Amino acid sequence: MTAYEKLKAARHNHRPTGAAYVEQLFHDRIELHGDRRFGDDDAILGGIGWLDDLPVTYLAIDKGTNIQARMKKNFGCPKPEGYRKALRLMKQAEKFARPVVCFVDTQGAFCGADAEERGQGEAIAESILEMMGLQVPVVSVIIGEGGSGGALALASANRVYMLENSVYSVISPEGCASILWKDAARVEQAADVLHITAEDMQRLKVAEDIIPEDFEHFDRMCGNIRRLLVRDLNRLKQFSPKELQNDRYERFRRFGVYQENA
Amino acid sequence: MLDLIKDKVKSFINPETVRCPGCKAEIKQTGLRRNLMVCPECGRHLRVDARSRIAMVADPHSFEELFSGLESSDFFHFPGYSEKLEKAEKTSGEKEAVVCGTVRIGGVPTAIFAMDPRFIMASMGSVVGEKITRLFETAAENHLPVIGFTASGGARMQEGIVSLMQMAKVSGAVKRHSDGGNLYITVLTDPTTGGVTASFAMQGDILLAEPGALIGFAGRRVVEQTTKSKLPDNFQTAEFLLEHGFIDQIVPRSEMTKTLGALLRLHQTKEAACNDSIRKAQSRTA
Repeated sequence: MTAYEKLKAARHNHRPTGAAYVEQLFHDRIELHGDRRFGDDDAILGGIGWLDDLPVTYLAIDKGTNIQARMKKNFGCPKPEGYRKALRLMKQAEKFARPVVCFVDTQGAFCGADAEERGQGEAIAESILEMMGLQVPVVSVIIGEGGSGGALALASANRVYMLENSVYSVISPEGCASILWKDAARVEQAADVLHITAEDMQRLKVAEDIIPEDFEHFDRMCGNIRRLLVRDLNRLKQFSPKELQNDRYERFRRFGVYQENA
Repeated sequence: MLDLIKDKVKSFINPETVRCPGCKAEIKQTGLRRNLMVCPECGRHLRVDARSRIAMVADPHSFEELFSGLESSDFFHFPGYSEKLEKAEKTSGEKEAVVCGTVRIGGVPTAIFAMDPRFIMASMGSVVGEKITRLFETAAENHLPVIGFTASGGARMQEGIVSLMQMAKVSGAVKRHSDGGNLYITVLTDPTTGGVTASFAMQGDILLAEPGALIGFAGRRVVEQTTKSKLPDNFQTAEFLLEHGFIDQIVPRSEMTKTLGALLRLHQTKEAACNDSIRKAQSRTA
């Protein structure tokens, strides 16, 4: 598949959304709402549940499965109150020494006037900053689109995984094409030059591993994800809070390609 | 567009004057420099290159540059990137979009970085991310505050996902510096947008901004398309952010050195202040 075909697959309407993974993976869940500042953003689901016998805090960007839900969820583009809810639940997880599991699927953070007014940039900045310092394990899975800062706000994690046909990008290929060639139609080419596929992410070490997709056997596929999460969380559980912070620091510290002259 | 070309032609013919992008007045370069690049007619704060920025607030001869040997590479062979880098280097005389180092402001030592909008609109790629990360690491080790003048079009798309990762990398270093009890002041200048707004620009303990500076996450045109209505004229300006509670103060350029000096002194530990006055006394007797 080309990068553009993967992009289309990642955006496909029939692809399972964040809520489906939450339902499959965690039992006896309690959903938690609101950022305690302004409101509740349906684009991000959050709560506590059991991963086998381990209590975890889950966060999932959810695009919705029908048009009403999609509109209510802004097609999975979170507003500042969504990121602030997520951060509130992460800090709560830290208090109770619970690991955090995030599912990411967004074109990017919402670009409306209200979002700007309420500090979209500040909300994302705060989320990334605090995630880098969290004293509990954090694992993120990109399940569809990983769109820019709006995705990174839930993916500044100890371990990051990509579904086979998910994508992760600094800018949408459409946006890139219109800046680069003043022609949004050259999106195929833009998808290529941006390097957005799961294979690219694994090669660049942006993701630890790729998770095979099998939506026809979704429960089996989620079984694989569960085993992966349990394995990682059991390993990360051995780390002290400081070691967890350092692990995350080192994970992101190595990114960058440059020359250095004396 | 035609105006822009006319201005270019004019400045070519007469490089001693600049046209203010605000009130369109013809201003003499020398006068403008003396006025800290603020239009004497309308008070508009024009964009400033990184080195002039630092010179405007630093005690004379106190600036020592750090990490100047870092240069970008076109590792994705991204269309037009090599040419863009070359051109940016030529027009700005800088190797990258941020200048880092240490200075004294009002006698107080601090780490400092200033972003340079002439260099690919100070977009953040590997080098910008690496230099700022190293600055925070150095500052944390030496218990120095950091003052950051931000200006940026956002993450540098020519470096793909690697540029996005810089946001988390820098944030990690900001967090460590902060956890060590150290002060970080950001001065948001025109324009601060995208991935820089969504990371270290908004992570300061104290956020200052220059009057009229454009500060936002999404671009105005994108917001307009999404919102499908007219936005207020002051949308995403420093004044708009102050009104909505996202910055601490708007500080005119003429007051910046004084304000930064006062803030630094308020955060100076007793020990550091003591060492400082000893050093001052020694230099007086020497």
